[in-house]
Amino acid sequence: MTRDGFFDEMNGDGGDIRRAYQTYCEWLRSVPPERLAEKHQQADILFRRLGITFAVHGDDDGVERLIPFDVIPRILDPDEWRTVATGVSQRVRAINAFLDDIYHEQEILKAGRIPATLVLNNPAFRPEALGLDVPRRVYVHVAGIDVVRVGPDEFYVLEDNCRVPSGVSYMLENRETMMRLFPELFSRHRVAPVNHYPEVLLRTLRAVAPPGVSDPTIVVLTPGHFNSAYFEHAFLAREMGVELVEGQDLFVDDNTVFMRTTEGPQRVHVIYRRIDDDFIDPLAFNANSTLGVSGLLSVARNGRVALANAVGTGIADDKAVYVYVPEMISYYLGEKPILNNVPTYALRNPDDCAYVLDHLEELVVKEVAGAGGYGMLVGPFSTADQRSAFRAKILANPEGFIAQPTLKLSTCPTLVAGEMVSRHVDLRPYVLTGETTTAVPGGLTRVALREGSLVVNSSQGGGTKDTWILEG
Amino acid sequence: MLGRTANNIYWMARYVERAENMARLLASTYHMSLLPASDRNGIRQWEAPIDIVGGREDFLARHGEVSSGNVIHFVALDPENPNSIRSNIRRARENARATRQDLTSEVWECLNQSYIEIENLSYPKVVDQGFPEIFDWVKERSHLFRGAIYGTMRRGQSFTFCRLGTFIERADNTARLLAVKWTLLTPNSTKPMAAEDYYRWGSLLRAFAAFKAYREVYSGIIEPRKVAELLVLRADMPRSLTACIGEVARILVNLRRDAPCTRLAEQIHARVRHSRIDSILRSDIRRYLNDFVVRNNELHGRIGHEFMMV
Repeated sequence: MTRDGFFDEMNGDGGDIRRAYQTYCEWLRSVPPERLAEKHQQADILFRRLGITFAVHGDDDGVERLIPFDVIPRILDPDEWRTVATGVSQRVRAINAFLDDIYHEQEILKAGRIPATLVLNNPAFRPEALGLDVPRRVYVHVAGIDVVRVGPDEFYVLEDNCRVPSGVSYMLENRETMMRLFPELFSRHRVAPVNHYPEVLLRTLRAVAPPGVSDPTIVVLTPGHFNSAYFEHAFLAREMGVELVEGQDLFVDDNTVFMRTTEGPQRVHVIYRRIDDDFIDPLAFNANSTLGVSGLLSVARNGRVALANAVGTGIADDKAVYVYVPEMISYYLGEKPILNNVPTYALRNPDDCAYVLDHLEELVVKEVAGAGGYGMLVGPFSTADQRSAFRAKILANPEGFIAQPTLKLSTCPTLVAGEMVSRHVDLRPYVLTGETTTAVPGGLTRVALREGSLVVNSSQGGGTKDTWILEG
Repeated sequence: MLGRTANNIYWMARYVERAENMARLLASTYHMSLLPASDRNGIRQWEAPIDIVGGREDFLARHGEVSSGNVIHFVALDPENPNSIRSNIRRARENARATRQDLTSEVWECLNQSYIEIENLSYPKVVDQGFPEIFDWVKERSHLFRGAIYGTMRRGQSFTFCRLGTFIERADNTARLLAVKWTLLTPNSTKPMAAEDYYRWGSLLRAFAAFKAYREVYSGIIEPRKVAELLVLRADMPRSLTACIGEVARILVNLRRDAPCTRLAEQIHARVRHSRIDSILRSDIRRYLNDFVVRNNELHGRIGHEFMMV
């Protein structure tokens, strides 16, 4: 271990450079430091020109900004990746089985392996999806599983994003940028490609078309260009060669979904939707939504259109249900979990709550409904004031919170203000499920650019890195 | 292609074309205003742009009296005037932005750059540079936009709806502008044309980039009858009614030969093609032009209905 007992992915325990980084380090020694800083600037210009920006949530000026990109890649060797890939795929297989079960027979609840109230009374559980048969019994076609590392062979899953996970366009553009800036590095390394992701996504979506449709029409459904991930929606539609539609472009007639085209109405078979359940169909869910399509759910229910991801997947990435994913793996797959869950205290549980309130300065406390690093207390880095504010919030609504030990997130070399420094990282690999379940080699590495910070979210000063999986 | 996308692209092109035509109108009016004239006539010239753009009450309320500076400010730069050149460029860019994936990066970047530049332009700066600078700038940006479309876009539906928007808008502008100017410029039939009238007709020709063409086609002095013939009936003039509606009809025939809007476009085109300038002038050219505007607008509505599901 290096600094403060954190595992560094390049330097390991401070002795020899770890295997995955050896070739990179040789190259690094041959490069004058100014050159890296130059490349860093070039990357900025490239991203700006391509318009890869995001809108920060709750920011008053509403400007679009760049997510900072770090030019030093994060490198994993084939064995390390195998653990992560099989681990995240295993979770997604179990989650799909779980969703199929709770929206049909609910056997896992009857068997008492997961408390029934936790699922059935959960706001993320969608009674509207009960008994709804989806093609191939796949609910989560696209998942982004957040993984952190604390040691050479120790990985933990933080979150299984099963609704409309985003960020994959950064994975692709980061690679594109690295190949442009450092072609020589790619001849020295055998880096597993990621550029075929849109192709795999397209194949996945085609695989879940309604039965009997041989050449399905696929669309990407976006809330529109004011959405912070609009760039990604447009990017994926373009890369797959399918239409990017908004709710107003679709309509339901005669138990069929159509899009309005210059040639008249055209039937749509598969919708890769980037709109949350709440807004997707004003007839079934939020009646005030203008983003969705009236009657969409009833067409899906009749098996005449496929939604990816299916309706109701939010129950699987609920922070309280998360605790039971290892249980799902053993119940449905009969396997042992490959990746660890982070031990989690559910504060609705009085014993856990008392323990957490006594140990606030050691734990990470999260709002069950929170996302994007908002509504979160990182104990070891908090002030007494922040802790007492959180204590009050917890006491007012203990069900709304969970707590976890503060994980010692691994660090990676990162360029900050022209200097090579260590910064904490996480990893979001993308798992696609159509005919089979596969994890695309790589993913989005997010890096906390502030010194010592463990929060990697872009809204909290996080950046991204290209993630290299070396081929054996 | 999505109907909404076609609609966005169509309007993007219309707004750019409209901005260019306003710049042409302002440039021509400015050119005329430099001629010696009685004050009254000079001011009347500056009312024409407001009449064409609309929003007279808004103009009077916020800018006060009609003067060259006030009108140029209102028509070119006023962000609160929904029909100003600035507003048109902003809306063109909004339409482009909503459908960026269907445009080439050259087209998008051209429009985005125009938007950034005009957003940074203030009225004092325009006064400082001299008015003709901004008129030329708008025309150049429009040329660049058209060139980027021509030079980089696949001849698919995006290209088609771009061109449709351009020609429907241009036909509308030519007809309106000519109708308004005709009233202002036609000399009393009893009085022979004065020297300055020739300059005024010359300025009008310049508004349509037709001065040189006039000299090529007709020898001799500028006559209103020939100006009208050039701008209404000559198929080889890129801004004439015949040329614009002819282009629209050709595009629609290629897009969908049997569509009702295609038949309408062909009817309008046939009517213009078979018109004679003397009979137009005998009956009343302003009525003829206004009738054209109405029919062209009907065509616009049908195109929207049949292709864009609006």
